[in-house]
Amino acid sequence: QYVTWAKLPAIQDLYNRGSEEGPLNCQRLQSPKSDFSLTASTPKTAEQLIKCEVDMSSPLMYGTPSSRVEGTPRSGVRGTPARQRPDLGSIRKAPQVDLHSEPPSADGAVASEQAVGQKLVIWGTDVNVGTCKEKFQRFLQRFIDPTSNEDENAGLDLNEPLYMQKLEEISVVGEPVLNVNCGHVQSFDADLYRQLISYPQEVIPTFDMAVNELFFERFPDSILEHQIQVRPYNALKTRNMRSLNPEDIDQMITISGMVIRTSQLIPEMQEAFFQCQVCAFSTRVEVDRGRIAEPAVCRNCNTTHSLALIHNRSVFSDKQMIKVQESPDDMPAGQTPHTTIVYAHNDLVDKVQPGDRINITGIYRAVPMRENPRQSNVKSVYKTHIDVIHFRKTDEKRLHGLDEDSDQKLFTEERVQTLKELASKPDVYDRLSSALAPSIYEHEDIKKGILLQLFGGTRKDFSQTGRGNFRAEVNILLCGDPGTSKSQLLQYVFNLVPRGQYTSGKGSSAVGLTAYVMKDPETKQLVLQTGALVLSDNGICCIDEFDKMSDSTRSVLHEVMEQQTLSIAKAGIICQLNARTSVLAAANPVESQWNPKKTTIENIQLPHTLLSRFDLIFLMLDPQDEAYDRRLAHHLVALYYQSEEQIEEEFLDMAVLKDYIAYARTYINPRLNEEASQALIEAYVDMRKIGSGRGMVSAYPRQLESLIRLAEAHAKVRFSDKVETIDVEEAKRLHREALKQSATDPRTGFVDISILTTGMSATARKRKEEVVQALKKMIQSKGKTPAMKYQQLFDDLRGQSEAAITKDMFEEALRALADEDYLTVTGKTVRLL
Amino acid sequence: MPSSDDWINKPLGVVEAMFAQSNSNPEWEAKVLEYFKGQLKEKESHSWVPSLNDVPLHYLKPNSLVKFRCLVQDMFDPEFYMGVYETVDPSTKANVLRCGKYKDVTECGVDLNSRNTVTAERQTFYCVPIPGESPWAKESYGCSSQARVVPSTSYVPSRQKRSYEEDDDDMDTQPQKQREPHTETHGNGDSKRQETEAPSSQTTAPSDTSSHLDLNFPLPGERGPACLVKVYEGLDSFKLNDTLEIYGILSVNPVLTVLGEEKDPSLLLLDPTESMETPEEQRAHDPPASLVPRLHMLYARPLQHNNPLLPSDPTEDQSAFVSSFLVEMASVRAELLAYLTHVLLGDGLAAEYLLLHLISNVYTRRDVLPLGKFTLNLSGCPLNSYTERLYQIIQQLVPCSYRLSMSLHTMNSMRLVPKKDYVANRLVSGALQLARNTSLFLDETQLEQGQLDSSGVRNITALGNLISWQKVDYDFSYHQMEFPCNINVLVTSEGRSLLPSDCQVPLQPQVTPPNMEEYLTTIHMAQFTSQINKFRVYLSLARTLDYSISDEVTKAVEDDFVDMRKDDPQSVTAEDLHRMLVVARLLSLSLGQTTLSRDGWMRAKHIDMLRRSRTEQQKSLNGNEP
Repeated sequence: QYVTWAKLPAIQDLYNRGSEEGPLNCQRLQSPKSDFSLTASTPKTAEQLIKCEVDMSSPLMYGTPSSRVEGTPRSGVRGTPARQRPDLGSIRKAPQVDLHSEPPSADGAVASEQAVGQKLVIWGTDVNVGTCKEKFQRFLQRFIDPTSNEDENAGLDLNEPLYMQKLEEISVVGEPVLNVNCGHVQSFDADLYRQLISYPQEVIPTFDMAVNELFFERFPDSILEHQIQVRPYNALKTRNMRSLNPEDIDQMITISGMVIRTSQLIPEMQEAFFQCQVCAFSTRVEVDRGRIAEPAVCRNCNTTHSLALIHNRSVFSDKQMIKVQESPDDMPAGQTPHTTIVYAHNDLVDKVQPGDRINITGIYRAVPMRENPRQSNVKSVYKTHIDVIHFRKTDEKRLHGLDEDSDQKLFTEERVQTLKELASKPDVYDRLSSALAPSIYEHEDIKKGILLQLFGGTRKDFSQTGRGNFRAEVNILLCGDPGTSKSQLLQYVFNLVPRGQYTSGKGSSAVGLTAYVMKDPETKQLVLQTGALVLSDNGICCIDEFDKMSDSTRSVLHEVMEQQTLSIAKAGIICQLNARTSVLAAANPVESQWNPKKTTIENIQLPHTLLSRFDLIFLMLDPQDEAYDRRLAHHLVALYYQSEEQIEEEFLDMAVLKDYIAYARTYINPRLNEEASQALIEAYVDMRKIGSGRGMVSAYPRQLESLIRLAEAHAKVRFSDKVETIDVEEAKRLHREALKQSATDPRTGFVDISILTTGMSATARKRKEEVVQALKKMIQSKGKTPAMKYQQLFDDLRGQSEAAITKDMFEEALRALADEDYLTVTGKTVRLL
Repeated sequence: MPSSDDWINKPLGVVEAMFAQSNSNPEWEAKVLEYFKGQLKEKESHSWVPSLNDVPLHYLKPNSLVKFRCLVQDMFDPEFYMGVYETVDPSTKANVLRCGKYKDVTECGVDLNSRNTVTAERQTFYCVPIPGESPWAKESYGCSSQARVVPSTSYVPSRQKRSYEEDDDDMDTQPQKQREPHTETHGNGDSKRQETEAPSSQTTAPSDTSSHLDLNFPLPGERGPACLVKVYEGLDSFKLNDTLEIYGILSVNPVLTVLGEEKDPSLLLLDPTESMETPEEQRAHDPPASLVPRLHMLYARPLQHNNPLLPSDPTEDQSAFVSSFLVEMASVRAELLAYLTHVLLGDGLAAEYLLLHLISNVYTRRDVLPLGKFTLNLSGCPLNSYTERLYQIIQQLVPCSYRLSMSLHTMNSMRLVPKKDYVANRLVSGALQLARNTSLFLDETQLEQGQLDSSGVRNITALGNLISWQKVDYDFSYHQMEFPCNINVLVTSEGRSLLPSDCQVPLQPQVTPPNMEEYLTTIHMAQFTSQINKFRVYLSLARTLDYSISDEVTKAVEDDFVDMRKDDPQSVTAEDLHRMLVVARLLSLSLGQTTLSRDGWMRAKHIDMLRRSRTEQQKSLNGNEP
C-alpha cells in the first residue's frame, strides 16, 4: 500500500498538469548514458526529470493521466489509477531505440517513434513493445493447459484459456494481481519467455499494459483499486541460491529458501514534493535509485535555493527487507547455508514470516558499494539483493492437506529411468532392504518393516462419510536388549528421510514434541512454535528411549498416531495441526535385559493403548546361535577393512535409495485390486479364526488396517499402481513375523494379539477370573461374617488354592469383588455388603 | 634466490603484469595461480613467506604475500566484485583497464558505466588460528621459519617501518618504535617469542575493552589474528572446519574500517544499500582491518596434520621420512609406553590404552557409523590437580588439544555447540568447533552435585553425540545441521563416566607418590626434548598409516568370535567385537604394522580381557559397598 499523505486533489493536480503540457514539453533530452549517472544533482537533469515524469509518449507510462479529468465513474483502463511498481525499479526512463541505427539523439527517437513503430526496441534490449504486448495478449487469450494440477487453478475449467478465466476472477474478486506461470509462457512462446527472463524490468510493464487493455476491453465496467499488475512466477532458470552468479544480475530468477528474518516496514520515498518558499510553486521529483535531485531554481519565480521538501505531501511506498536462507535440503554437506537479501514492496510486505519456506521470483540486483561519498575510490564489491515480484509459500499447501512433495523434488529423465529399471528387477524389495543401514547386521525383517514404513500406504480420504482421513503412515516399535544397534537404525532412518526428526524420550517433553505458544520478544505477538512431531509431518519421527518418556508426553502420541493430527488449546490459541508422521520408536526393556518369560507389555511397561497403535512391533534380540555369530563376525570384520569402493559395489547408494523412496512416495498411489481385497479379507478372517478356537480374539480391525497399509507400501516398492496378491502375502508374512516376536504369550507359546490390545494375555485374564471366583466361594463358605481380617483372608486363600497366589493377585481379586459391590476394603478389614 | 623478493613483497605487481600481458584473455587467471604454485613448490620457498601466525600484523608489509595456518570458522555469503574495470584519468581523459582481483578497493575514478566492466564472484571465509594449538607446535612453526629464512629480514624494521607509516598514518607508531632496537640486538628464538607474544596481547587488549569486537574464537582464552580470507577459486572444495595453510595477499587498507565512522543520517535514509545491514552484521563482516586483516587467497594447502615436526607435503620426502621412521617405530613405542606408565602412576595397562587412544582416528564412515574412533574413559583418577597435570603432559605430546573442565558452572554456562546468529549473520563459535584430530580432554572429576539447567543438558547431549557419532549438530535456530568431526575424546572421571565411551579403563595406581605435583614434574623434566619430539612424530605418524586385514586373519577372527560366544553368549556381544577390532587395528598401527597378524589379534584380545576383568572387579567392589 502506498503511504500517501498527500491529498487526492494534489495528485489530480499533477495529472491535470500533465495532460495539458505533457505532449508538448516532453522531449527526451537525456542521452541513454545519463541514465546511469549516479550524481544527478545539476539543475538541468532535475528539470529533465520533472518533464520526463509526465512523459506521455513513452509506452511504458502507466495509464494516461489525461483521462483522470473525467474522474467518475472510475472504470476502464483510463479511469483506473496506475500504481508504481518499485519492485521493477525505475522503468520510466528506459528509452526506445531503433534497432538498426546507432543510439540516437533523443528527440529523434521520439519524433520517429510513430513512423518506425515496429522496429523500435527498448534501449539495451531487443524488446519491441508492440510485438511483446501482442504476443502476451495472444498468450493470455489462447493458453490452455489441460494437464495442470496446480492448486491455484482449482475450480477452473482446464480446457478453456486459463488466464482469461483468471481475469474473470479478477473482475469478480477485485484483486488486481495476475499471477503468471513462466512455465506456461515458455511452452507457449519460448522467445517471449527468454525476453521476460532477460529483461524483466522492461517486459513486465509491457505485460501490465497488455493485460490492462485486454481486461478493460472485456470487463469495461469493473472497478479496480488500481491497474492490474502481472506477477510472473516459477522462472525455471535458477532453483538454488548457491547457483546464483554474476550473469543473473538484472534477470528474473526463482529461488527457494527459508525466511530467517524480516525487517520492520520501511517507508521509501517514491516522489519528493518540493514547494517554493517564495511563490509557493510546487514541484515533484521522482526518487532515482535512492537519490533525490533537489531542484536548485524555482521554475516559476526563478529564485535560487528556495525549494523546500514537504514530507507529508511526498509519496512513499512500503518496503521490507527479508533475509532468506538456503533450505537445508539443497546444501552440500560441510558448508554453511547462504543467505540472500530480498526486498518486498507494497502489498508483498508482511506476506511472509520467519520460518516460512518460500519460492521467490524476483529480479536480481547488484549495487556498487560506496563507503563514503567524499571518497572517490569505492570498495570493489557489489551489494546484491532481490526485488521480489512473487512469493510462493511451499509449505502453505500443507494446510490444505495436499501432498506437498509433488513439486518439491524434480527428477531428471535419466534418474527416473534408472529408478524404473531398478523397480523392474524382481528382487527389488530384497535389494532395497539390504541397502538399508548396511552397517547393521541381519534383522532382515525389521529392515523390511522399516522399508515399508519409509514408503507408507496410500492416503485415503473418507471425510465425506465422516470418518476423516485414514492413516497411511506405518508406525513401528523396536524393542530389545540394549546394544542391539536400535539407536543406530534410528539414526540411519533419520538421516535418510528429508523430513525426519530425531528425539530421545529422555530429553523430550510433551511441548517439545507437539507445539507450544511463545511470546515473540520483538513483536510481543504470540507465536506457535512447532515441535518434533509437527515438524516431521510427511516424514518420520524417530523416538529413541521410548520407555523413558514421561506418561504425559506419551499421551500426546495417542492422537498423533491414529488421527494424525495434533490439537492445541493454549494461551488462547486453539488449533489442530497436521502431524502425518510415521513414528519409529525404540524401547529398552525395564529390567535392562529382555525377560523371555514375560510378555512384551510386561517387559517394556508401555500402556497397551499406545502399543496397539503400532503396526509392527519387533523384538531385536540376540539370537545366540553359532551360524548367526559367524555371519555377524564376518560382517563386522569386513566393515573394518573393506575400502569405500567395495562397499559401494555391494550396496545401493544412499542417494539412489533416497530418490527411489521420494519418487515412489510422490508418484505411486497403489489401489487394491479385486484379488488382493479377497486375500486381505481371508487373511483377516483367518486371524480371527485362530483365536476363536481358544476363546480369545486374535485380530481387530486395526490389524486389518495395518495389513492394508503394509500391502500398499509393498506395492509402492514395486512401483506398481495396483496392490496385488503378492503384496498382501508379504504384508501378511511380515505382520505375522512381528506378531510372533512380540505377541507370543510366554505362558502358552501361542500368539495372542490381546497382549497388545488389552495389555493382558487371554490366559492371564482367565487366571485372574479364577482367583476371583475362588475368593468369592471362600467368603461365601465362611457364612455370615460381616467383617474379616485382610491378612487372614489372604492366608486362607493361599492355603486353599493349589496354585501359588501372590499378594498382587489377591489384591486384584479383592478389587474386582469391590467393583461388583460385593464387599468393601477399609484398611486392614474386609466387609461384606 | 633474488627474484623471490618480488613475488613475496609485491605479488600484486606480478598479478598486474600478467593481467596487462593478457589483453583480457581470461586465461591469465590460471597463469597467475600456476606461477605462485610453482614458486611455492621450490624447495623450502614456502618458509620464506612470513606467517601471520607468528609475525605480528604490523610487522608485515601490506600487499605482500603472507601465509596463515588456520581453521575455516565461518563461510560468508558470496560477493560480487569488479573483476575488471575501467578508470578515467581526469587529466588525460584516457581510459585504462584495471584488474580488481585480489584487491579490496578500486583505484580512483572508476567509470561505472564502462562496458568493459566484468563482474566476478568470490567468497569470504572467516578463519581463525587452529584452536587449541599446543605451545610447542606454535613455537616449532615459528622457529622453522625463523631459522631457515635469511630473506625473512624482509620485515626488518627499517624497511617495514616505512610501509607501516605510509599505510596507517593514523595508527599509533609508538610501541613499535620502542621495540625496534630489541629486534636488532637479539636474534635468537627466545626474544622472538617474547616479541610475538607482546603485540598479540596488545591487540587483544583493545578488544577486551570494547567487548563488541568479539573475534569469535572457538575456545576461550585463545589469541592470535583472525582473518577474512577472500577465496576466488574452487569454492566447493572447502568445507567448514577445514584446516588450511593459506598463501595470499595481505590487505589492511584502512578504508575497510567502517566501525566508529559516523554515517551521514540523510544518506542512511536514502541509500538503499545502507539499511540492509544491522550494526552487528557490519561489525561481524567488516571489522577493522587492523584487527582482522583481509587475505586474498592465491594458494591453499589443506593440512593433513598440524605437526611441524613432520614434513608437511605428502610428497616423496614424506614417504621417505615415513619409511625411515618405521624402523624405529617399535623402540619409540616402548619408550613412550614407559613414559606414559610413569605418568599414569605405574599402571601399564592404562598406559597402553592411552597410547592407543592417542593414535586413534576416524578413518571412514559407514552410513552413520564412524569407524576408528576410540573414546577412552579413564576412571578412578586421583583427585586434586592430577588430571590437570595429566592434561599438560598430553598437551606436550599432541599438536592440538583442549581441556574442558566439566564443572557444573561451565556445563551450564559455556557454549559448546556453534550457533548461527541471524542478527549479525555469522556462526557464533563454540568449544566443539575443533579441527580434526584435536585431543579433547573432558575432566569429569571437576563435576559436583547440583542442577543442570537446559543449556547444561544440551551441552551434555552434544558431548554424548560427539562421542557416539563423531558429529556436532550446529544450531541454526530453525533447524540443526550436522557437521561430522574427528575428535579424540578422553574422559577422566572418578567412577564410571556419565558420558558414553568406547572403552573404560579403571586406573590402578601402583605407586602413591606423596607429592603428586612434584612426581609428575620430575617425570616430565626427565625427558629430553629430542625424546619428546620423537614421541610427537610417532603419534602423528602412526595415525596416518594404512591398514588392512588379510582373508586368513579374517577367518581366524571369525572363528575366535564364534568360539567365545559358544562358551558364554552373554560374555561377548557384537559391541565387544567392534571394540576389539578397533583395538587390534590401533595396536598393529602402534607397532608400525599395516596388516593385522594373528599375534596382533591375540594381543588385542588379551589386553581387552585384562581390562574387562579389571572393570568387573571394580563393579563387584562397588557392589559390596554398603
